[in-house]
Amino acid sequence: MEHSEQTHYFVPDPSRWPIIGSLALFCLGLGAALAVNSVAAGKFGLLLGFGILFWMLFGWFGDVIRESLAGRYHGREDHSFRWGMGWFIFSEVMFFAAFFGALYYVRVISVPELGNEVHKLLYPDFSASWPLQTGPGITARYQAMGAWGLPAINTLILLSSGATLTWAHWGLLSGNRRQLAFGLGVTVLLGVSFLSLQMYEYAHAMHELGLSLAAGAYGMTFFMLTGFHGLHVLLGAIMLSVMWLRVQRGHFSAQHHFAFEAAAWYWHFVDVVWLILFVFVYWL
Amino acid sequence: MAIAETTHAGHGDHHGKPQGLARWLYATNHKDIGSLYLWFAFSMFIFGGVLALCIRAELFRPGLQFWQPELFNQFTTLHGLIMVFGAIMPAFTGLANWLLPLMIGAPDMAFARMNNWSFWLLPPAALLLLISFAVPGGAAAAGWTMYAPLSTQMGMGMDLTIFAIHIMGVSSIMGSINIIVTILNLRAPGMGMMQMPMFAWATLITAYLIIAVMPVLAGVVTMVLTDRHFGTHFFNAAGGGDPVLYQHIFWFFGHPEVYIMALPAFGIVSHIIPTFSRKPLFGYTSMVYATSSIAILSFMVWAHHMFTTGMPATAQLFFMYATMLIAVPTGVKVFNWIGTMWQGSLSFETPMLFAVGFVCLFTVGGLSGVTLSIAAVDIQLQDTYYVVAHFHYVLVAGALFSLFAAIYYWFPKMTGRMYHEKLGKLHFWWSMIWFNVTFFPMHFLGLAGMPRRIPDYNLQFADFNAVASVGAFCFGLGQLIFLYNMISSIKHGQPAPQQPWESADTLEWQIPTPAPYHSFVEAPTLEVGENGAIKSMHGGKHH
Repeated sequence: MEHSEQTHYFVPDPSRWPIIGSLALFCLGLGAALAVNSVAAGKFGLLLGFGILFWMLFGWFGDVIRESLAGRYHGREDHSFRWGMGWFIFSEVMFFAAFFGALYYVRVISVPELGNEVHKLLYPDFSASWPLQTGPGITARYQAMGAWGLPAINTLILLSSGATLTWAHWGLLSGNRRQLAFGLGVTVLLGVSFLSLQMYEYAHAMHELGLSLAAGAYGMTFFMLTGFHGLHVLLGAIMLSVMWLRVQRGHFSAQHHFAFEAAAWYWHFVDVVWLILFVFVYWL
Repeated sequence: MAIAETTHAGHGDHHGKPQGLARWLYATNHKDIGSLYLWFAFSMFIFGGVLALCIRAELFRPGLQFWQPELFNQFTTLHGLIMVFGAIMPAFTGLANWLLPLMIGAPDMAFARMNNWSFWLLPPAALLLLISFAVPGGAAAAGWTMYAPLSTQMGMGMDLTIFAIHIMGVSSIMGSINIIVTILNLRAPGMGMMQMPMFAWATLITAYLIIAVMPVLAGVVTMVLTDRHFGTHFFNAAGGGDPVLYQHIFWFFGHPEVYIMALPAFGIVSHIIPTFSRKPLFGYTSMVYATSSIAILSFMVWAHHMFTTGMPATAQLFFMYATMLIAVPTGVKVFNWIGTMWQGSLSFETPMLFAVGFVCLFTVGGLSGVTLSIAAVDIQLQDTYYVVAHFHYVLVAGALFSLFAAIYYWFPKMTGRMYHEKLGKLHFWWSMIWFNVTFFPMHFLGLAGMPRRIPDYNLQFADFNAVASVGAFCFGLGQLIFLYNMISSIKHGQPAPQQPWESADTLEWQIPTPAPYHSFVEAPTLEVGENGAIKSMHGGKHH
């Protein structure tokens, strides 16, 4: 329905989930701070925190799905969800921007500067290059990850997963549930293959190329950027799997399926981040 | 209409006011959540204020009196973090929660449950900061800016601070998404964007800034965390990194953050000054454009915090001129406020006193900011008490005074009672005088070269420091007048009429006092002028 004539907006009942979520983040924050300082209790804090967090997520999203199925959401609520998801993705973009900013800074400013004549006094043996194969104060040497092996295949995988997801969406729009479920399933499988190849690549990077977070400017930007991206792929794949389960239960109609679209937006966002990553971390 | 026929499960329809602790823990009502925010912010203001007094007590005389330097550094760090993330930002979010739905005719915030989570993430974050005083090595002591390599070397307190910042970031991003979506999607029919109250514009643009920069702060403290524990070299030259990189990323967040704490204040006084001048806001459209320009420019000036790091001269010049450029839209605002008062029939109730005090003192802070933007001068003044004076003029006399103005102004609508006017005026003059006694001498100390964040100082600085310390204790004591006024007026104040100020014309003054628990359950149809002035209102149900 056209929401300009909608006079009521859905305001949920008081809910216990948010405060449970706060408890979860408190346990996670405290647990993580203890764990990074090797205090044994930290691990339990993290475990407890994740446990409570999953409980909260199931409960909260469960409420939202029940409200949606009961027909509480109409045009204006749908509009809110769209804006909300859009701005959430924008915040994620800015999070990645910080790490890309760090990558550009070390490549364009700090590494060349450390190799110039002024710094010869401090680091006589260091010559600047990118990918950096050692650090000014690091003796170990390591090799960079090539672009045209696994990373290129991973690029193809992620790009095709974007296409299969859109194909699934077309199925949903035209009422073809089989195409929807199949397309969504293939997308999740492509996501899982991406993650498996990425894990294989990490093993190769660590054992054969000598790369780690501690391997200077190249290693740290490589692992931080691909690592956070990988976490986001994992999250996106989980979202899409939930969508697949909901499709199996007969949720979503051609008109009402914003949860599906939100997960799809997120997936495409993760795709775009990968493309930028492929160009600046692997290729150039 | 399909909607009217469906049964609603939302509390707007058949539930009354929830009772007991559950009302606050499980709240989905924007007024309850707004009150939680405001009380939390006030408690943090007291906590941060006590830390400030610990600092001033130490600085009353030269030499070490009370604290070891390590503890003193923890006080300065936590004072900054708590005032910024615990007091000022939550207070503005609390006001936005209380007022936005009333001002634009919405039934509640767009995501009422998420709104609850935004608030309830703050106490755990504050608790983590509090715990950090008790761990080995104590709380973070690198200053609220947490510069590397200081922050990459400290004890567990720094890790607790990092995770507290992550949680506060999640909280303010969710709060901001809520504000933006509420404004864009839930305005009552008839209220266009260019008719919205300035407070709505200001919080909209502030929320945009928060979503753009809080993730960047999360990113940079994550880099500090990995440098500390996972072997990365982001801020360490040995691996090709650079401590200056920390400053770039931090201030890319940090400068918009300054406007995150200033723009809502601009919105507040843009309502109070017209009301007590009995004139519409002068230059509404230019106010909207000025606010937007400030927001955009705020992304391009960050390195004026870093003139002493050895940037190329071209970069220094760019950031210097870009910074000065911000004085133009800010000047437009100050001009417009004065233009609003010009030939108005002014009266000076407490909100107006705080608003006028804001305009005067914020301008002082703005002008010392222009002084600091000159690269050549800044190299002399960097990290001196001149900087401390500058940002306390914009944050205490700016942000905090505007918050007091807002609380006094909207107190009748929130509580249904009037505050005590004489105590309000006493609070204003007391704060005005002791604020200046505290912070004005700091300009002189800074110009004479006294460095900030040091527990001891040269004998030549003794007199002004003693004056500033006396001022700080009196200023702090005066805030108890405010607390007493609030508590006693909530209980025993005179009942307030629907319209306590004769020419307040925005939507919240068109509904009963105190604002009904569920206001605008059904959206009204409005005819609106500039700055949210209501010309006519039809429909709109409350209960």
